[in-house]
Amino acid sequence: MAHANVQETGPAGWTEKASTLPVIGKFRDVRQEFLRKTGNPLLAIEEISFDLFEGHLVSLLGPSGCGKTTFLKIVAGLVKGYTGTVQINGVDVTDPHPDVGFVFQQPNLMPWRTVIKNVTLPMEIRKEAGPEATARAHELLKLVGLEGFEDAYPNQLSGGMQQRVALCRALVHSPKLLLMDEPFGALDELTRMDMHDLLLDIREKTGATCLFVTHSISEAVYLSDIVVVFSQRPAVIADFIEIDLAYPRTPETRYSADFTALEHRASRALGITR
Amino acid sequence: MTKLLNNWRLALYPVAGIVVILVVWQLYTDLFGVSQIVLPSPTDIWGAMVKNNSLLLRETWPTLLECIYGFALALALGIPIAVAVANSRTLNLILYPILIATQSIPKVAVAPIILIWFGIGMESKLAIAFLVAFFPIVVDTATGLRATPPGLIELARSLRASPSQVFWKVQFPAALPFIFAGSKVAVTLAVIGAVIGEFVGSNEGLGNLLLTANSQLNSPLAWAALVWLSALGIGLFVIVVIAEKIFMPWAEGGH
Ligand SMILES: Nc1ncnc2c1ncn2[C@@H]1O[C@H](COP(=O)(O)OP(=O)(O)O)[C@@H](O)[C@H]1O
Ligand SMILES: [Mg+2]
Repeated sequence: MAHANVQETGPAGWTEKASTLPVIGKFRDVRQEFLRKTGNPLLAIEEISFDLFEGHLVSLLGPSGCGKTTFLKIVAGLVKGYTGTVQINGVDVTDPHPDVGFVFQQPNLMPWRTVIKNVTLPMEIRKEAGPEATARAHELLKLVGLEGFEDAYPNQLSGGMQQRVALCRALVHSPKLLLMDEPFGALDELTRMDMHDLLLDIREKTGATCLFVTHSISEAVYLSDIVVVFSQRPAVIADFIEIDLAYPRTPETRYSADFTALEHRASRALGITR
Repeated sequence: MTKLLNNWRLALYPVAGIVVILVVWQLYTDLFGVSQIVLPSPTDIWGAMVKNNSLLLRETWPTLLECIYGFALALALGIPIAVAVANSRTLNLILYPILIATQSIPKVAVAPIILIWFGIGMESKLAIAFLVAFFPIVVDTATGLRATPPGLIELARSLRASPSQVFWKVQFPAALPFIFAGSKVAVTLAVIGAVIGEFVGSNEGLGNLLLTANSQLNSPLAWAALVWLSALGIGLFVIVVIAEKIFMPWAEGGH
């Protein structure tokens, strides 16, 4: 039943409008089993296939425990042992790709590093630290409204501020592809809506392609060019929704009839409404 | 305002506690005419400290060196061994039982053997100080390395960090609070180790002075040596605490 929608949209992820854009991520028949100590293996992802087009913001929407994080980490090169095809820019993913930035569910900041040092960490690891990297970090911190907090330690910041630092860190090496795993899940509603506009702003300025994991329907619809709805575990694609709402999106967008209709479609795919 | 008051209390209460004990002690020895040999009064001890100031200072030096060298050696060997134990299951299986076994041997019992091996000089005391300081450093450091939040390690991996980068930029700083916790215990144990060594056989140091004064029934001097030993232990402890504040500025004001 869940498969039916995939057939309706033709070759998974292919759409008339997007087909002119270059493909940055190609995912075919991705399947992931986890071996468990106790008995039979756990099938986390059954079959996921779609194309990720350059410059798009694509949300992976699905219920808790359906395999969203697993899929994102496969794309990031952090989970191994999948079958099928996972390619970034035509190259099979076996290890973390240098042109990818990852924002985790938790900020994962180093408590012993100041804000600026956390942001420049990726450059340090690449042995590209220096005045240029620091300048770029300052620029990013300014962009997310954290000017003046460069020398603070993470434990002096709120959760929302910490996640903004993590966002800067993921962007400091100017990645082509930004992977985000429910980055705003722990934030309160108001902060979260601010972060949505901030993310869209950053996307606009950097032109980065984004793969965004969430279990919030409105978040997925508000942010995305395309929403890929995952089924319950083991994950297959339950629906592939093109979000035809014009950018820039504003708070008013959330109250338009089109927005509500798209939310409704996503919630049907999730099996919440009929 | 209440905070200022609390700070005052924080400083005042411990001092008040000590003062009360000293006063009661002094009154007890004066009023009941307790023999100076059995229990010298605080003023007797103070008198002995003033009179023997240069002697005490001279004898502090070797004991201090024994403690510092033993503690430094425990750090220098303990941390690499902890790294090995934390990162390799095989090494962990080989080394951990040995560590536990050596730790369960009473150090006072091995002290005479160590004296035979290293002689009556500083080396034997250093060795005993090292032996007692070693264990808490290894155990705490290994615990800290293993307790590194997996999210931080995964982040480093996502940034394509090499294994040595993961260690130096993530695991080691994450273990620092544990290393300092172990060091605080270790440094006070090192003082005990040095004194045990001096008790078993030595011709210098505060432990030796204490033993000599005791055998001459010079209790005020023995107690004076004891006061200096405590001061030595506290001083070394404070140095570790200060180092902790310098090397871990982020812990300031947090939790
Ligand atoms: N390393 C692993 N080993 C075993 N099972 C795992 C592992 N990672 C995830 N799982 C399981 O796979 C399923 C999907 O997990 P996850 O991808 O985290 O879901 P989501 O992010 O959608 O909430 C869960 O049942 C989870 O317990
Ligand atoms: Mg998840």
